[in-house]
Amino acid sequence: MSSVAQKRGFGATLWDWLTTVDHKKIGILYLLGGGFFFIVGGIEAMIIRLQLLTPNNDLVSAGIFNQIITMHGTTMIFLAAMPILIGFMNAIMPLQIGARDVAFPFLNSLGFWMFFFGGVFLNISWFFGQVPDAGWTSYASLAMASEGHGVDFYAIGLQIAGGGTLLGGINFLVTIINMRAPGMTYMRMPLFTWTTFVASAMILFAFPPLTVGLFLLTFERMFGANFFDPTMGGNTIIWEHIFWIFGHPEVYILILPAFGIFSEIFTIFSRKRLFGYSAMVFATVLIGFLGFMVWAHHMFTVGLGPTANAIFSVATMAIAIPTGVKIFNWLLTIWGGSIKVTTPMLWALAFIPTFVMGGVTGVMLGTAPLDYQLHDTYFVVAHFHYVIVGGTVFGILAGTHLYWPKMFGTMLNETLGKVTFWFFFFGFHLTFLIQHWLGFWGMPRRVFTYMDGQGWNSANVISSVGALLMAIGITVMVYNIIVTSIKNVRVANDPWGDGRTLEWAIESPPLFYNFAQTPLVRGLDTVYIEKMEGNLSGITPAEPVQDIHMPNGSFIPFMLSLGLFIAGFGAMFRTEEPWGMAVLVIGLVWTFAAMAMRSLKDDLGYYVKKEDILKDMKRKGGQK
Amino acid sequence: MDLNKKFTPETWPDHPEKATLEAKNKFVGFWLFLGGETILFATLFATYLALKNKGPSGFKFSTQELFELPLVFVMTLLLLTSSLTSVYAMYHLKNYNFKKMQLWLVITAFLGLGFLALEVYEFVHYIKLGFTFDNSAFSSAFYTLVGTHGFHVAIGLVWLTLLIFRNSKRGLNLYNAPKYYTFSLYWHFIDVVWVFIFTVVYLMGVIG
Repeated sequence: MSSVAQKRGFGATLWDWLTTVDHKKIGILYLLGGGFFFIVGGIEAMIIRLQLLTPNNDLVSAGIFNQIITMHGTTMIFLAAMPILIGFMNAIMPLQIGARDVAFPFLNSLGFWMFFFGGVFLNISWFFGQVPDAGWTSYASLAMASEGHGVDFYAIGLQIAGGGTLLGGINFLVTIINMRAPGMTYMRMPLFTWTTFVASAMILFAFPPLTVGLFLLTFERMFGANFFDPTMGGNTIIWEHIFWIFGHPEVYILILPAFGIFSEIFTIFSRKRLFGYSAMVFATVLIGFLGFMVWAHHMFTVGLGPTANAIFSVATMAIAIPTGVKIFNWLLTIWGGSIKVTTPMLWALAFIPTFVMGGVTGVMLGTAPLDYQLHDTYFVVAHFHYVIVGGTVFGILAGTHLYWPKMFGTMLNETLGKVTFWFFFFGFHLTFLIQHWLGFWGMPRRVFTYMDGQGWNSANVISSVGALLMAIGITVMVYNIIVTSIKNVRVANDPWGDGRTLEWAIESPPLFYNFAQTPLVRGLDTVYIEKMEGNLSGITPAEPVQDIHMPNGSFIPFMLSLGLFIAGFGAMFRTEEPWGMAVLVIGLVWTFAAMAMRSLKDDLGYYVKKEDILKDMKRKGGQK
Repeated sequence: MDLNKKFTPETWPDHPEKATLEAKNKFVGFWLFLGGETILFATLFATYLALKNKGPSGFKFSTQELFELPLVFVMTLLLLTSSLTSVYAMYHLKNYNFKKMQLWLVITAFLGLGFLALEVYEFVHYIKLGFTFDNSAFSSAFYTLVGTHGFHVAIGLVWLTLLIFRNSKRGLNLYNAPKYYTFSLYWHFIDVVWVFIFTVVYLMGVIG
């Protein structure tokens, strides 16, 4: 099989994307899928701000407002932020460790399609007019009282998408454990790889509780179980514990990869090695560990008692220490560097103060007595948007600009990128800074409107104007993507000029087998080391040119996920529609047939011939 | 990988389950998966302990009256023995003795099937007594925990059956050896979970 690009029809291209197991293509699929849901969630956010623009507004009803805030939160966390980060992990991490693919290419594809079908399942609820409306946390007493199938869409959709995420987590862990290039010791791994590693470990241990929680919720709503119903001996707090045992690690799953992206950006554009590399690694692992110890700080007002509250309060504040270590290391990486203020660097520079503000309000909320005052007010809304937008979304936007040339082979326009940044940055602070005060002034979160004369009017107007600015920023970015894709100016291996890690030493985008010869890694920032010693290719090969083993594409992941999707509908309408049970059975049989086919049919992969690789190398004039 | 490559017990690698990169990946990946499964069962155990013996007012069922240890003892015996027979199968896998491995796996499957049949009998018995899934918080938690374990046993049996039949004609090679090995890991895991269920649900239920 030759890797020379050929003109192909639309059908062949579509088939290629539906069956691909190439980590770079799956990364792009995640980016597109997550990007789509990011826009959907953004539109929902705009409706929220429009509704809250004036007091006593009746743009949307209270019921629809509940649906919109629920879907905004759920979409942004599960269907936008996490998939886009997983997209970067897919596209970049194997390149950073000198691997040719991930450990389980088939599972990688399955993970994507499960996320995709889960996301579609969740959002199809809009067309049924039965939308999840119990908040993104779906607390049991609200979820039990919710009529229609809204919460069922939530439980089943997230179950499917969450399964995909779990597969992704295991896949990345094994990839990093088993498939690092010779010389790539753990303490030579780029920070983004490290944060991928820790975030994946957190996915592995945080998602099973979510799986259980969602099953309990489904059983309770659909099969008459009684886990959460106090009149039947149940306990509604069980859901809160299970959800937050998942939910708190989840926010670190969201932030750690962003930390990794920023670490890469600071080193590239300060043109220095990362300050305190080993402390950074240690801090990442520590944050991952402590992330599991603090879930009850979401439940201070539940009444767990002063002892529990005190313990979780102290544990929460302890997380500020490794995070502080990271902040200072980034500052000292910039310090004395030869700084280039590119678009990714702008995001990274803006991230530090923004995230610190979110961290400080986090410590405030972690103080249990103060939390009693601030609980369920707009102060909380302001806090988590400062960390999730100021950390994760800034990281995603920075990563999009940084890695776009590596993923697509063409640069995003720098001027438009900076316009995006300034609109979004100002819009963000305008929207959410004032919400701290709205919280102090007593405005509760999740209310669909408010009375006039409480002093909240102008603050809400300011907040809504800020949201508009953010929307303009994102619109400019979409325009940027379209324009540069049409121009399609091809770029070389290292378009930023200062790449230090392996992904910048190969083509943009890389050939499907990534490395013609597996690289030999000689230290941290190995490409930088090679360049300093006069090896301009940036890579010393660890093996002669030889046949390369690659995995086969497969359509089974798509079909398997589709089976789950169909079964989900059947399960939901099982009792009330005559076709419900049949559809459930068809979906499950479909799913198990796909699994059996995977199991029974040997999939041995294929070899890329040495001659073809040599031809590629000659054509590119690449590595010697 | 060449599926037709013939081995002898002498040329067969010491660790066929880790002889290729794919096998190594499968090995590590499956251990990690079992780590996730551990958390899954831990969550179910926690839920069960929180809801044990809890029901609506006038609730008449309790672990002391409901559970009967002799039946559960036989179930435990069957499943623990099936774990042992799967160890024998892995012993023959490492010695490249395909026929004996298949034989021990068939025995494993029947023991597992026996366990599952008794579990179904147990559940049917409870339901006849009126201890149904939607009867109380206790019953929901009990059936979800023990039922999830039973579901894992059922999945394991389907998996094992597919493995035995799919490879019955072609013998051992480095492609299917890791598949057998991961199955045995899974089977041991199910066994360990049962040990905890036996202790926490049944023993502590009747005696505690």
